[in-house]
Amino acid sequence: MDLQQLSLYVQKGNGAKVKEMVSEGLAQKVSPSEILNAGLIEAMAVIGEKFKNNEIYVPEMLMAAKAMNQGMQVLEPVLTATGVKPIGKAVIGTVKGDLHDIGKNLVRMMLKGAGIEMYDLGIDVSAQAFLDKAKEVGADMICLSALLTTTMPYMDSVIKEFEKAGVRGQYKFMIGGAPVSEAYAKSINADCYADDAVVAVDVAKKLLAQ
Amino acid sequence: MAKTFDKIAYNSLNDFVYGCAPNPVKCKNGMVIGGGEVYPELNFTLPPMELTAATMPEVKEIYTEMINGVLKRAHELYAPGIVVEFEMLPEMTLVPEWGIEVTSILHNAMAEFEAKHGMKTALRATPGDVREFKRPPMMRSGEIFDNVLKTFEGSAKAGADFLAIETTGGKEIHDDALVNADLTKVIFALGIMGCRDMKFIWEHIVRIANENGSIASGDTACGFANTAMVLAHKGFIPNVFAAVVRVASVARGLAAYEAGAVGPNKDCGYEGVYVKAIAGTPIAMEGKSAAGAHLSAVGNVAAAVCDLWSNESITPVRLLSDIGPVVGIEQLIYDCRLMNLAKKKGYGITFRDLLAESDSPFDPQAYVLRPDVAFEISKELVKAKTPFLRTKAGAKLAIDAIRKAVDTKEVFIAEREKNWLDIMDSQVAAIPDDEEKFWHEIKGELDLSTFIPSEYGLK
Repeated sequence: MDLQQLSLYVQKGNGAKVKEMVSEGLAQKVSPSEILNAGLIEAMAVIGEKFKNNEIYVPEMLMAAKAMNQGMQVLEPVLTATGVKPIGKAVIGTVKGDLHDIGKNLVRMMLKGAGIEMYDLGIDVSAQAFLDKAKEVGADMICLSALLTTTMPYMDSVIKEFEKAGVRGQYKFMIGGAPVSEAYAKSINADCYADDAVVAVDVAKKLLAQ
Repeated sequence: MAKTFDKIAYNSLNDFVYGCAPNPVKCKNGMVIGGGEVYPELNFTLPPMELTAATMPEVKEIYTEMINGVLKRAHELYAPGIVVEFEMLPEMTLVPEWGIEVTSILHNAMAEFEAKHGMKTALRATPGDVREFKRPPMMRSGEIFDNVLKTFEGSAKAGADFLAIETTGGKEIHDDALVNADLTKVIFALGIMGCRDMKFIWEHIVRIANENGSIASGDTACGFANTAMVLAHKGFIPNVFAAVVRVASVARGLAAYEAGAVGPNKDCGYEGVYVKAIAGTPIAMEGKSAAGAHLSAVGNVAAAVCDLWSNESITPVRLLSDIGPVVGIEQLIYDCRLMNLAKKKGYGITFRDLLAESDSPFDPQAYVLRPDVAFEISKELVKAKTPFLRTKAGAKLAIDAIRKAVDTKEVFIAEREKNWLDIMDSQVAAIPDDEEKFWHEIKGELDLSTFIPSEYGLK
């Protein structure tokens, strides 16, 4: 199986070909992990680099992500059956009182493309909802988004809720949004801050590797 | 009262200049917006803090400190008048009493200062469009919608001179259309969903304003064209795409005026340049002196035909001289002073053109705000008969104008942007002129879980 060709189809957003190649690869007994890592995730890493270098725009990145998802529809049941685990699980949401979700959605899409299993709680999410979902899915990481100066303090409330439940140490917290900064992340005991969706991938990978 | 615009409000480009509008707006205290002079419009917001019943006493103290500081500095700098915008945070509309209470505090401080010092002041109250707190949003009924109207009414009764809002009807589809740079869906969201919602909600706002002695001012495509602007600046979507979305949003902005709004249009609605050209109503704009709020590529050109000059928003962060809002009003006052003197001395058109030309070569988003460009596009735009057709026409006219300007080297765009003009052109060409036909064609491609079609009169 030509994994480089698979990667190129993902990069070009050709979902039909991706699906076809993944099926062929599985039929040829290629390792599902290899298809995932060397074909699909590698393609999204290239896409991320191209975006960082101002070679492509988000719509091209989304087309690639959609193509990858089409491949994942075929691959995911096999990965589950063979016990291959994602590199991590993350719960993501825009905090209570805040409705902004474009940035959050892009982060979700990019982290998914990096092989992280994502659980999106949407907007206006309470601390309790983050905690419940994190426990339910056995998350490794919590991603919090806010765009208003009056909602960013709620990120602190979410982390405190995890502390109160005695489970803060089990999760990594990544935060982002226009009024948020690295310094603010430190001040509320978050593990990291990500400036945009592409940076979020690098940061999340480092955090999950710890 | 419902209006239609089938021609532009000007006979000559030379009359299309900052500080004066064909249909100026007069406040209760005699202050006239668009009557010859540009006034500053100052907006402020809270520092990082949670907004709850428990923090409301502190919230009120912060707004009191901000308004007193702003008024004092304006008076010290001999401002002939100022407008203050109170843009409510979501909680202040979800709990109308909070928004109304702060409106009252601001109005009282301004009225007292005006009585004591003679400086004219006007207050713009801008409730938040919190209808999208429930998803899919109920746009036309329900508790949240009722609270939006209640906040408008209470604000008018508390003394707000102008009522404004940043409506979000159509955003359910538009957000996704933007990140996918899908102009077809952008036109559906703006031209059908957005325009229909604007007509609906602005008829309510106009009624409330008329019943309570307030002025129905205007809206902004902040959640639409400004989101596009931010995404373009981050390199997420092409600048040419954002520029086209701006002109496509004009019909949506005009819908408020067709429903009876009279201006001034809201500051972050850069499409206001076209609204002024067509409706002849005054507009607020923001640019270089709003740098504390956000980056823009239109810092100077935005001022070219403004009637109010705004800072967008700033928190009371403590700077060397004073808190942010006080610094903001000082910057705006000096900007306005210079613009007004230039016009008084007969250099108004020259100054306008300098503002425009200093920005327009660098970004298509600045180019489409040039008074001459907006003037010519507006003339063509009004030939389209419905808000939807105007939206579609706006996109096509912007694409053509940018393409021509790129060819003549009047505006610079990156190489990778050029093919997007062709992509957008073919997307617009494929959209039918019949609104119902378009809806039925596009329906299958939309995520129907994100909005309720009947809330937009769609079957």
